[in-house]
Amino acid sequence: MTVAEQRLEQTLPPVRRQAVDWLPYVLLLPTVVFLAVFFVYPMLQAFVLSFRSPEGAITLRYFQAMLKDTYFAGALRNSFLLTAIIIPLQVVLALVIALLINTRFQGHPWFLFICAIPLGISDLGAGLIWSSFFTERGYLNLILQNLGLINEPITFLSFERPAWLYGAIVATEVWRATAIVMVILVAGLQLIPKDYFETADVFGASSWRKLRYVTLPLLRPALQTALIIRTILAFQLFATVIVMAGRIVPVLAGEAYFQYGLLRNVNIASAYAVLIMTLSMTITIFYLWLLRTKEEELGRG
Amino acid sequence: MADIQLERVRKMFGKVLAVADVSLHIKEGEFMVLLGPSGCGKTTLLRCLAGLERVDGGQVIIGGDDVTDHPPGKRGIGMVFQSYAVFPHMTVFDNIAFGLQMQRVSSAEIQRRVGEGAELLQIQQLLARYPAQLSGGQRQRVAVARAIVMRPRVLLMDEPLSNLDALLRLQMRGELKRLHHEVRSTTVYVTHDQVEALSLGDRIAVMKDGTIVQLDIPDRVYDLPATRFVGSFIGSPPMNFLEGTIRSSNGARALETAGVRLEFHGVPARGRDAVLIGIRPEHIAVERVAVAGGIPAGAIPAAVVVVEPIGPQKLLTVQVGPSTLKVTTPVDFAVDQGQRVWLRFDPSRIRLMDPQTGDAIAS
Repeated sequence: MTVAEQRLEQTLPPVRRQAVDWLPYVLLLPTVVFLAVFFVYPMLQAFVLSFRSPEGAITLRYFQAMLKDTYFAGALRNSFLLTAIIIPLQVVLALVIALLINTRFQGHPWFLFICAIPLGISDLGAGLIWSSFFTERGYLNLILQNLGLINEPITFLSFERPAWLYGAIVATEVWRATAIVMVILVAGLQLIPKDYFETADVFGASSWRKLRYVTLPLLRPALQTALIIRTILAFQLFATVIVMAGRIVPVLAGEAYFQYGLLRNVNIASAYAVLIMTLSMTITIFYLWLLRTKEEELGRG
Repeated sequence: MADIQLERVRKMFGKVLAVADVSLHIKEGEFMVLLGPSGCGKTTLLRCLAGLERVDGGQVIIGGDDVTDHPPGKRGIGMVFQSYAVFPHMTVFDNIAFGLQMQRVSSAEIQRRVGEGAELLQIQQLLARYPAQLSGGQRQRVAVARAIVMRPRVLLMDEPLSNLDALLRLQMRGELKRLHHEVRSTTVYVTHDQVEALSLGDRIAVMKDGTIVQLDIPDRVYDLPATRFVGSFIGSPPMNFLEGTIRSSNGARALETAGVRLEFHGVPARGRDAVLIGIRPEHIAVERVAVAGGIPAGAIPAAVVVVEPIGPQKLLTVQVGPSTLKVTTPVDFAVDQGQRVWLRFDPSRIRLMDPQTGDAIAS
């Protein structure tokens, strides 16, 4: 070692290893463990079950069996159709309620509270409440009879009246799950600084144009979240349907349940589960793309 | 362009009177500044004028039209908000065009006017950008351009410079002044910054507790404050106040403070004997007495408490009896803390106030 090198060695401070701050990781741990045990592991298991033959080879036979199943086509159609009807209804209704609440009218906290009540009711409970409304001795028949519109009670929820079955399911779901969309949108609206709305007022925007050009674009992140959550949950729609219509209106999640619980076809049930997951993911990605914020808007372009 | 007539405008928030029956006439093409500390009601008054607040009493008349019950969009106003409120999801072009689009102006006309507005604010090269890609100063320009392209009868600005850093604020202040000279629209400008008010306003309305305490041109607001409050709010450092007495001797009345008779000719012929003497720091001459000099006649003895060099001047804090005063001296004035100095008030600049009410006494 030359003198110069020695001197260099002395002048340089010793390399210290940066101390790692473990706290964030420790705090994350419970969530990670929870997700791993209850979500990631079952998901992987579903994949394995749906693709692996008893001999251990990769196979598509369970998916083929699922496709050939009598209920499959109907379940796929119903799941899509119900989602396509329910989600727009919920978003529009939730948006109207959220905008109404955001006007801060007298008593709006109570209105918000009442609208949010269904959040606390399980899908099964909601299904029971609404099916009691539609049964032969339910409120609907009672009301119609008292009004003298009908003489005999009508069996609304039967395979002879698919439109009524559909309508009842849609009504129940809209009643039950609009609240979650509404809560997300109310939170989103409250994040928008009021100066934007006042600017629109000052420059003479009509209510409709204010909604179209100011509120909705600024509400985009909240709308995106609400749509993703609701769509994923809509594909898992199951308990309400079972209560109202049994298997007359088959849905994908219901078929996974019947295959698993009733028919003991664990592999086909898993195939259904994988299909639901794939559909949910695809639609989520579609929403993310549709409602994306341009890079330039974020100041990175 | 239009004049504005506010007639006994009143605004309550619950039981709090935010604007207390304010009447104010703003001339066509005038640049009116509403100045006051936070909570004085200046922003509320502006918002009543804009229609963003519903008045609880009085009238708002713009260009002869009673617009008291009109919504903001029907008053012919343009407004610049403190936060700029430039829409993050629109390009600069769309932001500037926003008002025109809402009024369904033809797209050729929009193109032309946005171009004009952008040129006026020197942001032509930014039209395709989004607000997140702009600096604070540029966003500010977009907000001003958006208001100006509307060719509003009245331009309202709510503390438009307070979110900018000091240097940019100085620059934009000059820009706004230039812009006003070019556009000449009737402007109402709210600020708590007295320098902004003095530099921009054709007239200043100084507000306190929901009322206008003084309405005048900047020079007179500065030199002849109507109340102790105005004197102490405007100017940096603000006006000094110290107790004075009016004594009669030989039939003549003279002003005294700290036992010294002041050379002052504006003593009121009658009235109370105890007064408050208001004098601005730059109107007090500071002298050091020569070693053998004795006491200079008519000068007030003071002790130097603090010496602060502030660039072009030295700022001294001095003690005169029970009062603390701020005075300025040239930078080369050699003085130390604890030293005794002599103060000489410019007699033409002394403003007497009533010690009880704080109102100026006419001289």
